[in-house]
Amino acid sequence: MLAAIFNLNHPAHTVDWEFIHLSVSNVVVIALMLIVFVLAIVLPFPGAARRRGGTS
Amino acid sequence: MSVAPPPSGEGMPAHPDTWTVRVREAAVQALPPEKLLPDGQPTYVASWIYVFGVASIASLIVIIASGSILALKGPAWWHYTGVGHFFNSIHMWSVELFFFVMVVHLWGKFWMAAWRGGRARVWVTGAVTFLVAVPTALTGYVSQQNFDAQWISTQAKDGLNSVGVGAFFNVTNFGQMYSYHVLLLPVAVVVLVSAHVLLVRRHGVVPPFEIDSKKAALVSTARLDGSGSSTPGNSPASQPSTGAQS
Repeated sequence: MLAAIFNLNHPAHTVDWEFIHLSVSNVVVIALMLIVFVLAIVLPFPGAARRRGGTS
Repeated sequence: MSVAPPPSGEGMPAHPDTWTVRVREAAVQALPPEKLLPDGQPTYVASWIYVFGVASIASLIVIIASGSILALKGPAWWHYTGVGHFFNSIHMWSVELFFFVMVVHLWGKFWMAAWRGGRARVWVTGAVTFLVAVPTALTGYVSQQNFDAQWISTQAKDGLNSVGVGAFFNVTNFGQMYSYHVLLLPVAVVVLVSAHVLLVRRHGVVPPFEIDSKKAALVSTARLDGSGSSTPGNSPASQPSTGAQS
């Protein structure tokens, strides 16, 4: 068996706040989704300005 | 769209009243070929936020392809061979990617109120696909045939028992979970995604709010001038086109 890149031989690290109980890995994924969502709105799409200008 | 008539002089009426004709004509009327496979998309589709729907479909294709290979080879192969590990990982990570891009797609469509312009069924099929995808993934995690699957299934069992469905959806029953995972739930996801895509084609991609309000202003101006019998169009054909599929 191949060894894991990270040491997994321990209970998961968690984030606890009131009734919210999340593993750190899930928090990281949620944060990445939020970052990607914001970037998708903010970043210009290649060629978008040219297309809206009417030239193809 | 005109439908080619059947060959004449062969003992058939020119326009037979059969269920096949009725289904065909209803299908063509609901989704003519120029809407099913349009020349291009509106210019507002040239934005990264519109990419995540097709990214979800791309992930789903990888999931189905890798899952089919895993189903053909079996648990011993995916646990004890290098190639099996590889396809096992491809299957798991494509699922992670599927949920990642599907959630971003769902957020994007929620904040642009994608149910506008008669698109309620587009939104509902998309949201229901997400809900059906969750047990599809869960049944996959409990079908791994390892300690991870045992841990997840015993944890899930308590949760499902607490809501009263554990008697007929037993996550510790490998046979039942595997059947759900490789047949029933994937079929449901594929049917829902197919309906979702066809509805998007029929109604067009939802426009940004500013385009909707400009269109409404134009229509009201035309009506005040007395020259407008037009109604606001929501089809891609009513928008300037990128000239390319995105």
